[in-house]
Amino acid sequence: MTAGDVDLDKADDEVITAAHGAGTDRTRELLDRVVADRFGDPPSGGVGLAAMDDGAVVPDATGGRATVVTTDSHVATPMEFPGGDIGRLAACGTINDLAAMGATDPVALTSAVVIEAGTPVAVVDRVLESMAEACEAAGCTVRSGDTKVMGSGEVDGLVLTTTGVGRIERGSQLTTGGLSPGDRLLVTGPVGDHGIALLAAREGFDFETPLESDVRPVDGLVAAAREAGTVTAATDPTRGGLATAVNEMADAGGVGVRVDERAVPVDDATAGAAEVLGMDPLAVACEGRMVLAVDAADAAAVRDRLRAEPGGERTAVVGRAVADHPGDVVLDTGLGERYLTVPSGEQRPRIC
Amino acid sequence: MTASDTLEFRDPDRAGRLVDRLGSLVEETGPLRVMHVCGSHEEAIAEFGLRSVLPEGLTVAMGPGCPVCVTDLPEVDEAVALAEAGHTVATYGDMVRVPGSEKSLADASAAGADVRTVYSAGEAVELAEELDREVVFFATGFETTAAPTATVLREGPPSNFSVLSAHKYVPPAMDVVAAHPDTRIDGFLAAGHAATITGVDPLEEVVDRHGLPVVVGGFEPLDILLGLVRLVEDVRDGAAAVTNAYPRCVSEAGNPAAQAALWEVFERVPGEWRGIAEVPDATLRLREAYAEYDARRRFDVETPDGDGRATDCICGEIMAGRAGPEDCPLFGEECTPDSPVGACMVSDEGPCRITQEYGGRR
Repeated sequence: MTAGDVDLDKADDEVITAAHGAGTDRTRELLDRVVADRFGDPPSGGVGLAAMDDGAVVPDATGGRATVVTTDSHVATPMEFPGGDIGRLAACGTINDLAAMGATDPVALTSAVVIEAGTPVAVVDRVLESMAEACEAAGCTVRSGDTKVMGSGEVDGLVLTTTGVGRIERGSQLTTGGLSPGDRLLVTGPVGDHGIALLAAREGFDFETPLESDVRPVDGLVAAAREAGTVTAATDPTRGGLATAVNEMADAGGVGVRVDERAVPVDDATAGAAEVLGMDPLAVACEGRMVLAVDAADAAAVRDRLRAEPGGERTAVVGRAVADHPGDVVLDTGLGERYLTVPSGEQRPRIC
Repeated sequence: MTASDTLEFRDPDRAGRLVDRLGSLVEETGPLRVMHVCGSHEEAIAEFGLRSVLPEGLTVAMGPGCPVCVTDLPEVDEAVALAEAGHTVATYGDMVRVPGSEKSLADASAAGADVRTVYSAGEAVELAEELDREVVFFATGFETTAAPTATVLREGPPSNFSVLSAHKYVPPAMDVVAAHPDTRIDGFLAAGHAATITGVDPLEEVVDRHGLPVVVGGFEPLDILLGLVRLVEDVRDGAAAVTNAYPRCVSEAGNPAAQAALWEVFERVPGEWRGIAEVPDATLRLREAYAEYDARRRFDVETPDGDGRATDCICGEIMAGRAGPEDCPLFGEECTPDSPVGACMVSDEGPCRITQEYGGRR
């Protein structure tokens, strides 16, 4: 076979593996290949599917406004975990994706629930209650929904799919790649709490200090940041953590990024647990954080403003965009330098 | 670990002073090439980006220090065969995805075999106590994991428990690497955790045979930099000796109780280190007195005859310090952490996995 031929046998045999869903290179490669091309050109003046951003921006045909829309499916094992549950996770995920596109005042959410037969009604009740609480915190609610029940074993517990709709001034959207060399990168709080807390709960590890997910809506923080200065890009670090988020920003913006590891806020309990598990807090999921690129002149003002907001107390300037090494992220560890890469495969505790 | 420990062993100012010291030493000695023999050293060097600050003239090569990587292909095949024969196979997590001749334990598990991940030999014994079936512990790793395997066997595990030993013993492999004509090295940075068990005696033998300095080093960034300073000092002074640069954990004598257990249960026999060579006296087999727990004697293990090595994978050259991951034609293309060809891409201690994860050397 020569380069350029398509290996049909391989394509026919190929199956989806867990790695395709881990938010890594494999996920990206699959989406590029089977999804991105199929769903049209980007809307004029907006953001389409192929951009693989946090959501889409569809400008109105007339007038100066645009609609922002985003959708996500959520699964979580366990469904209820320290600091939250799958209901809170779903609502916050959607609200935060809207916020990452600049839509900080959500119009409405929809929610489709697939439930495994045998799931206690009390669990469904609690999950939907915390979904409602998260919506209330963000000043929105679920306006439409659907419920399906699958047989026992046909789905694992609950699958929640939420869609969010927001409205913005035309052209005012934030994107992942809007940053330019010189811009500073801010993260709105400690990273890795969600991923490490969930892993510890799932594996039954008992650490001295309780670990809690950071899951929370951060639309208010994005709005506050934009009041305090010029925000040029935003993305919420979820699967693959801060490492994936800053790589996406570097890629999409065609810039290099330098991150100072010592400046990245990591909770002591999370850092300790991650060390024991052999995992990197920078590479595991967050659910209540935002990474913002900010004009250098405004970085201190935005940081100080965010530190005064609830949920933003530990905002830090962690890096900057540079013209060198476009698409790559260099991490200054304080002792030396290396690349900060997108984690490959699912992060697992180190054993041997 | 507390925050103050972290600061103490990762302090940039102290690191800077050690790096300066290395720089002036290497100006005196000229270009040097030293080898570490531990995946945890490589992991720390890559994680903290230490190579980016080392003096140009100092090359720190990776040696045969990843226990998962040196586990031989037929040993993986034996574990897969036992799992497919319907026995429960328990092993360390990193081993599960290592490809054998035809398949990995993960493949066997996906096809219905019972493969369990354990965190210790003791946990494998607990599994045997819970289950009403044969539990085979696929025991891999160096002195640090072999000693605990020995301990559970001495304590009389249940009769449905057995051990498929792929344990290896490091010092003879250092001999093989030092003696190889293509491996030019000026000294070894030895693994501190193995030395906590064995003490420094076995390393004295390496020094005697090859006239090379050996420094025992720890795993925090400052431990590694200090170990390198001591090693380059020894090279400069022509001091062929063992230096302990990790005295807060390693004593001269090591852990006599662990050594007693280790050598009561295991004997050293010749065996293949995956891709590197047959190493005399460096594979650990259960002694006659423990034959009843030896999975190879308890079961009739049939493994595929095929030569699964017929790929372009150069794990062996990499593990012997004669090539780097980026020299391999499969690296990052056919061989990735999601779909590894060689064991070096599977383990967190594998040089290819580490290079992939930390984006190569700077």
